[in-house]
Amino acid sequence: MNFFSLRTEALTKTFTLHLRGGLRLPVLRGVDLTVAPGECVVLSGPSGAGKSTLLRALYGNYRADSGRILVRHRGEPIDLVTADPRAILAVRHETIGYVSQFLRVVPRVSALDIVAEVLTGRGPSPAEAAERAGEMLLSLNIPRRLHGIPPATFSGGEQQRVNLARGFIAGHPILLLDEPTASLDAENREVVVRMIEDAKARGAAIVAICHDPDTRDRIADRLFPVVPVQETAPESAPGNAKEDA
Amino acid sequence: MTGEPIVAARGLTLSFGAIRALADVSADLYPGEILAVVGESGSGKTTLLNVLSGLTRPDGGTVTYRETGGLTRDTHAMPAPMLRALQRSDWGFVHQDPRRGLRMNVSAGGNVGERLMAQGARHYGEIRKEAVAWLEQVEIDPGRIDDLPRTFSGGMLQRLQIARTLVTRPRLVFMDEPTGGLDVSVQARLLDLIRSLVARLGVAVVLVTHDIAVARLLGHRIAVMRAGEIVETGLTDQVLDDPGHPYTQLLVSSVLQA
Repeated sequence: MNFFSLRTEALTKTFTLHLRGGLRLPVLRGVDLTVAPGECVVLSGPSGAGKSTLLRALYGNYRADSGRILVRHRGEPIDLVTADPRAILAVRHETIGYVSQFLRVVPRVSALDIVAEVLTGRGPSPAEAAERAGEMLLSLNIPRRLHGIPPATFSGGEQQRVNLARGFIAGHPILLLDEPTASLDAENREVVVRMIEDAKARGAAIVAICHDPDTRDRIADRLFPVVPVQETAPESAPGNAKEDA
Repeated sequence: MTGEPIVAARGLTLSFGAIRALADVSADLYPGEILAVVGESGSGKTTLLNVLSGLTRPDGGTVTYRETGGLTRDTHAMPAPMLRALQRSDWGFVHQDPRRGLRMNVSAGGNVGERLMAQGARHYGEIRKEAVAWLEQVEIDPGRIDDLPRTFSGGMLQRLQIARTLVTRPRLVFMDEPTGGLDVSVQARLLDLIRSLVARLGVAVVLVTHDIAVARLLGHRIAVMRAGEIVETGLTDQVLDDPGHPYTQLLVSSVLQA
């Protein structure tokens, strides 16, 4: 077994919709994916193929039915399929960062605090964390006058950049990126591409979903095809299982 | 969140006449962790909270509490004075109705200071200073320290109850619908307060709520109850984003998106 940061073996995920008479939607079947340190793998495949489902499974957000998700955590592989909840939280804290497409805003919490709180319990003092969060937001072109404001009222692109700041600030060894540049303009896309290049250079393993061909070609070391499982009835896919187009 | 659970419940059963309130419920709570217990009215979640906190005795099963020193005690077998001492200091209880947790004929400062005095604090100046500090933490104007709680709004009463509960730095807090019955704007402020205080103090919390959004915001883990049983449990985001049990799927799909 060569050295990996992240590896799936025969990963399978089927959604069972009990509210629809137990309808079963197989989304992932026998997925074998290996990502090395410093490598960026972009998931490719049509909408609805299961790319977001795979990414969420890698974060332990969707629970796999069978197979293994091995994550190198504190130097040792840990299987997220069988790990207990507290172990998964520890993996997320130290090892895996996830940038979702949409920011989940918390009432009353400022953009700066949303980013700074990722550093809680990692060493930096609250003042250092706030300073680093401020720099991160500035590098993503979120002006300082917005730092103290809860991002509920921000534009889609601004919210995505707050999300990116959260995802990149802690220097996780594994990053999962779901459409990191989807709502960004050319200038900010460029910033994000550079952040991804820097992360790779420090040895981070990255799995991304990226529909924009220019960005994809620049960040991807290779593409990993995610193919729709045949029995899937696309018109009845549930909100959670459905790929965001 | 490492090591041994601070609270461990095994095989809890309890019936009220023909009504089965708890049916073989087991749960663990670890130090510094928030466990959200969700379910509809009558699912047994408040009963579970009362049994875990020693207020209600189960028909069967055990609840053990692990002390700071590592000693474990059977919550329902310990002598009453020992249980009361724990409830006054190491544990806290935040009721949905703050009037149940507060003494309404004692000033705001007295309500906060009283729990300190029950722990043995005697220096009036120190107690008052601590009370002022806690009123500030829960965003109540310290100028109101000598006012009676009945002059406070519902949101202020709930914040005062939280100050009274947390002033003794408990290791374990039971919360029953702490934001129930409050305006949405007041609720947001309270949630933010609970979230930051709990994280800073490293308290273990069992939080009963019927509000999925509250559970998602505050809970590390979630337990979904129905008809006295825990039907599904796991990381909060796993259970809410990828619900497996038919009842959880119904619960999650019934939430209105704002």
